Amino acid sequence: MSAAAVPSPIPSTPAAGSGEEAAGGLYRDAFRRLRRSPTAIVGAVLVSAFVLIAVLAPWIAPYDPTAVDLTDIRPGVFPGPSAEHLLGLDQLGRDELSRIIYGARYSLLIGVVSLSLGAIVGLSLGLVAGAFGGWVDGLIMRLVDIMLAIPSLLLAIGVAALLGPRLISVMIAIAVVNVPIFARLLRGSMLAQRRSDYALAARSLGVSRSRVVLQHVFPNSLAPVIVQGTLALATAIIEAAGLAFLGLGSPDPAVPEWGRMLAETQSFLASAPLLALWPGLAIVLSVMGFYLLGEALREALDPKLRR
Amino acid sequence: MSLLEVRGLKVHFPIKKGIVLERTVGAVRAVDGVDLTVEKGTTLGIVGESGCGKSTLGRAVLQLEPVTAGTVVFDGEDLGALKGAALRRMRRRMQMVFQDPLASLDPRQSVSSVLTEPLRTHGEKGPFDKRVRELLDLVGLPATAANRYPHEFSGGQRQRIGIARAISLNPELIIADEPVSALDVSIQAQVVNLLEELQQRLGLTYLVIAHDLAVVRHISDDIAVMYLGAVVEVAPSDDLYEAPLHPYTIALLSAIPIPDPEVEDRRERVLLRGDLPSAADPPSGCRFHTRCPFRQPTRCSDEVPELRVLEAFPGHQVACHWAEQVHSGELQPAQGSVAEPVEASAGPTPSGPAAPPDGLGLVLP
Amino acid sequence: MTTATTPRDAVPGQLAGEPLLKVRDLTVTFASRGRRAVRAVDGIDLDVAAGSTVGIVGESGSGKSVTSLAALGLLGKRGVQISGSVHFDGADLLNMPDDELRAVRGKEIAMIFQDPMSSLNPVLTIGRQITEILVRHRGLSKQEARDEAASLLQSVGIGDSVRRLRSFPHQLSGGMRQRVMIAMALACAPRLLIADEPTTALDVTISAQILELLRTLVAETQTALVLITHDLGVVAGLCDTVHVMYSGRIVESAPRRPLFAAPEHPYTNGLLASVPRLDQPRGIPLLPIPGSPSDTLPWAQGCAFSPRCTRREDDCLGGPPPLAPVGHPAHLLRCMHPVPTGERRV
Repeated sequence: MSAAAVPSPIPSTPAAGSGEEAAGGLYRDAFRRLRRSPTAIVGAVLVSAFVLIAVLAPWIAPYDPTAVDLTDIRPGVFPGPSAEHLLGLDQLGRDELSRIIYGARYSLLIGVVSLSLGAIVGLSLGLVAGAFGGWVDGLIMRLVDIMLAIPSLLLAIGVAALLGPRLISVMIAIAVVNVPIFARLLRGSMLAQRRSDYALAARSLGVSRSRVVLQHVFPNSLAPVIVQGTLALATAIIEAAGLAFLGLGSPDPAVPEWGRMLAETQSFLASAPLLALWPGLAIVLSVMGFYLLGEALREALDPKLRR
Repeated sequence: MSLLEVRGLKVHFPIKKGIVLERTVGAVRAVDGVDLTVEKGTTLGIVGESGCGKSTLGRAVLQLEPVTAGTVVFDGEDLGALKGAALRRMRRRMQMVFQDPLASLDPRQSVSSVLTEPLRTHGEKGPFDKRVRELLDLVGLPATAANRYPHEFSGGQRQRIGIARAISLNPELIIADEPVSALDVSIQAQVVNLLEELQQRLGLTYLVIAHDLAVVRHISDDIAVMYLGAVVEVAPSDDLYEAPLHPYTIALLSAIPIPDPEVEDRRERVLLRGDLPSAADPPSGCRFHTRCPFRQPTRCSDEVPELRVLEAFPGHQVACHWAEQVHSGELQPAQGSVAEPVEASAGPTPSGPAAPPDGLGLVLP
Repeated sequence: MTTATTPRDAVPGQLAGEPLLKVRDLTVTFASRGRRAVRAVDGIDLDVAAGSTVGIVGESGSGKSVTSLAALGLLGKRGVQISGSVHFDGADLLNMPDDELRAVRGKEIAMIFQDPMSSLNPVLTIGRQITEILVRHRGLSKQEARDEAASLLQSVGIGDSVRRLRSFPHQLSGGMRQRVMIAMALACAPRLLIADEPTTALDVTISAQILELLRTLVAETQTALVLITHDLGVVAGLCDTVHVMYSGRIVESAPRRPLFAAPEHPYTNGLLASVPRLDQPRGIPLLPIPGSPSDTLPWAQGCAFSPRCTRREDDCLGGPPPLAPVGHPAHLLRCMHPVPTGERRV
């Protein structure tokens, strides 16, 4: 009945894939829909602001984020926002705004590196499982199931604790969490595409199995991966903040990580609540940006919505 | 020699249980012992309702489904014995047209890429521009279509692309699986006519699989009726319609609506009871006996009927123990399984008892 | 021209008094932001007399389903503009408060759709779903409702009905689900039943069962039926009056016998000529309608069918042709150049 209510004479179109050959279909359409979606616009604005701030931090930050200046600090009382320090000073007299700005760098760095690592390993596993099927698929998927059965933050804590508190271990920890997600997603998408009529059509033409998988099935399975990639960036930022909050982030206390900043303000929550607000807000806004963008992408790429 | 000979073909899909230790607990008998013969240059239609195994049969003929038992001989070659590259080479001689023209085209491929993929696959060297134009012309699409993508076309045009791909390698056999059922009514005739025209021009042999008996009758020389994995009747198209011998065929024919009130009002419908049984556990004896309006207390439920030729109908095979009696009117459908014609009593002559209806269940005045 | 003689072809309500459902100049436009507005239904007039059967025939995009959904207020409000009037038994459905409209829809007008699975609640037993309607709309007690539900299932040909009430929708076959939908639709003895492609998703033998069921139920209960379909064969055996829609407008409407005996519109004639018929000798060539349903012209610029029409002349492009009687007073046609007798496919 939902179909009956739609007057459009243009028939629906199925899921589609990556660009090199056919930018024509899916991606042009998806982009057109993205531009019309308010969700996508808000998401894109938040994400671009976040990325720009991260990249341009040295130029836009008013102060050195690590410069300690105790002149105005008295025990338990820190100067709040002023014309000189827009967001005030933290417990060591560092400029809060500059620390938030530099914090974006770390979040982005951790997000991008951990996501790339996780996606590369996860997609490779997914590709192998989806392409070969059979016992290879069974083995890889059982492994993935085990990884998925462990709560992701717990897994990340375990890995970070194992490798010691370093930035790279945070990245690896988050990458490990992403591996099973990407593996499962690509494999499921590929299995669905393998059963599609056009894959059967290619086989009936005499195209060899490996070419069917590489030229038809794999590129058409990537749409959900792109969506997941965007959402995974949001999760990575939260997890990075969570690990830093727990003290498993960078060992250098001067590094302005949002999670650690949040943790450090705990003892001053009563006297300087604003200091907890700023990093919290930064985390929420950047995570929300990626989520909104991911949701909008999901909608734009959904074959069922293509009319 | 026939172009295609199928003997005792079975496709059983195992039903598996258990997550870690999978074990087979049964099998869906999608195709369960089918014999078919298709002569060169002719069309064999396969009709049946969903779940009868007709699509699986079509794919199994092309070795796209694992064959459990039986042989498929194409132009003297046993396809089941061919492996890997040899089978792939053989594929250029037999092609397929699919039901959903959009789903069967890779959304990322332009039309010219769709049409040249078979050529490239079979080692032909480009440039293919001339061949692409030729193919598009054959199926009635403009040459400008080459650089466009499947979603830019209407349903009928997409099916033309699918057909162009199927004929690109100059095959001898084309298996068309519900080639028109996804299309709008006004478009179906375009595609049916195109298939007929191509058959004449290129000397193609068709195996057309469809649920629409009217369409199948229109394009087929012979028709095989399938029910629950088995063929229950095979006959030349005209014979099948004029003298359906199997109770299932009789019900199928009488169920198809005719766009003419005069005809509709005078039809007597043989209605089937219940639903299709599971192919994992088909009924014993005749598979159709659970729904058959002519079921008899003997033989039907315990003796499997073989396809046989009736004396009065040469060239017409039927798998029913009671086909003679059903045809002569000696056996009548069970009570409640006949929908009386709307005008039974309003007709010009008082309706006599059981004048044998023709294939459509038309009670003639 | 053949004139209707049998009682089935007489349309009682149209001659005596007001029809049960009266639709005038119904127009539905879908307009969502950033997209071209689509006029799905473009000035439909429709009368359904009490106890009669009316067929609406059209292909995808003809607006046949949108017509009924709009008439019953089922299209929602966002992005939809509806104008014209819809009266059911004298009451104005388009301007009725939502709760009153819901009461009419549940009790007086019922609908069944192509896909019964999406209309049934998958987590409730069918017994629960039927009794709920009976309790709400007919005020029966739980026990009465259960008994009534069982007898309703019986009446739509579901045997072992008491046990079947405990089934969930997914445990039933497609034909069985459609029977359940019909039972639910008839639970409140509605005066109007709208069936939107009720058999399209079903196999032909099951479809024949369902159509036979509709035929007998409608005759027994004197329920008016609006049957929406793409299949001319289905309406030929079932409907008193047939309306053929193309691109949002009725292009031809007539009692079924004159319509099938003398299809005047090139589209109606084209539909009949493009399907193979089992009752005619094999080998009659099919005459397809060229182009596709999306090759239309806005009605304001002329006949929407003209881009596909083999009888097109220059005067087809001067605004929409009127829907006017031809021959038989109830035979209405929207065409400047009807198909002459010799070229009809009947």
